[in-house]
Amino acid sequence: MSQEHNMRRVTAIRNGTVIDHIPAGHAMRVLEMLGIDRSSSVPVSMVMNVPSKKMGTKDIIKVEDRELNQDELNRLALVAPDAHVAIIRAYSVAEKLTIELGDEIVNVVRCTFSNCITTNPREPLAHRLRILSMTPLELRCHYCGRPQDLDELVNNVI
Amino acid sequence: MPGLITMDDLSNEEILSILDDAQRLLPVAEGTTYLPLLQGKILGNLFFEPSTRTRMSFETAMKRLGGDVVNLGDVKTSSVVKGETLYDTIQMVDGYTDIIAMRHPRQGAAQYAQDAARVPILNGGDGAGHHPTQTMLDLFTIQQAHGRLDGLKVVLAGDLRYGRTVHSLSHALTRFGCELILASPSLLKMPAEIVSDLNAHGGNVTETEDLLGSIESADVVYMTRIQKERFADEDEYAKVAGAYKLHASNLDGAKENMIIMHPLPRVDEIHPSVDQTRHARYFEQAFNGVVARMALLCRLLNVEVPADIGGDA
Repeated sequence: MSQEHNMRRVTAIRNGTVIDHIPAGHAMRVLEMLGIDRSSSVPVSMVMNVPSKKMGTKDIIKVEDRELNQDELNRLALVAPDAHVAIIRAYSVAEKLTIELGDEIVNVVRCTFSNCITTNPREPLAHRLRILSMTPLELRCHYCGRPQDLDELVNNVI
Repeated sequence: MPGLITMDDLSNEEILSILDDAQRLLPVAEGTTYLPLLQGKILGNLFFEPSTRTRMSFETAMKRLGGDVVNLGDVKTSSVVKGETLYDTIQMVDGYTDIIAMRHPRQGAAQYAQDAARVPILNGGDGAGHHPTQTMLDLFTIQQAHGRLDGLKVVLAGDLRYGRTVHSLSHALTRFGCELILASPSLLKMPAEIVSDLNAHGGNVTETEDLLGSIESADVVYMTRIQKERFADEDEYAKVAGAYKLHASNLDGAKENMIIMHPLPRVDEIHPSVDQTRHARYFEQAFNGVVARMALLCRLLNVEVPADIGGDA
């Protein structure tokens, strides 16, 4: 089944953001990490488990009337490191974005170690996770040095 | 070098140079020579959890060098009990002092404090994390006994999971090419990420539950305390802890110059009969805490230790 066919499963959007190449089954988590929930008023379309040449199967999300920025996209590194984002204006792709991470993920998630100094919510310094490797994604807390369990980490999104 | 949080903050050359400084400072630590290198400087001692040796040796080190010390005092009577954040405490003490020595029950607290402070932080233990100033005095003790740090066979024994002293020490010893035997009950094994780091740095590491069988070929046996509260029941503790107790009779086959170390306090993992053997080094090790911390205080405060101090060192 072609890429074009996948995209047609839901209506083309006039303005907004298309997030493609989300690992199958992770679309709901992506919405959660972007803070898109029942309180959001923008229309959102989502397809799950559609065929993909590169990934086997994948999820796709279309958010209307909202343009994701690079910082928001970088938050997705934890669940959808290969996600591609297209910013749509007047039915055309106006910009393409991919996840760009430096050496650290700052103020996106809290360290998963229960005895880390950052577990005190009143401590004001930034939450910082060092990136040891991108594929596979390996992270350690800047402060306590503990390796992070990615499955657990997605529950610690700030 | 802003502070000393983990042993990664020091290169091997810096470690050896600080140990040289420590060697020259011995007569000052012993009180036979007065050398007020740190006159006018103030150390802030922030111990958020109990400490005897680390706190006292920092204080002694500063005073032997003519400096002064202010203490956080008992956490129960400080503003910490009112809910003050570590960040705020550090902001305050940063303004009062030139350097801070800190112990905190939370892992990562020392790095956090360093990020919040302008003055150098000396990590005196952060949860089950690191204890690099202990490592410096351990390395000093090993070098005193063997005349070198490289290529030794070192047994680290007891609670390797929660024991922060062995976490820092294992990193440093690996960097000097030592062979490590990690002897512990399976429940208290060295954390996997540390073993993985040691291996990634070319470490020669063996994990075993057999302490006594490891002694014969060792140059250093580093004992740590196994805490009762780590076990679900007392019988299990008694069974496990029994295999990690040293008695003088266990040392018959040991190398002549093998040394036994312990960060102290010990409970019953080293029998008093060991104290009288040529192998016991733990009390000298505790004294070395003063001289190693003197050298570190000078280094972090950018005060050069003179090449010729005099005295007997």
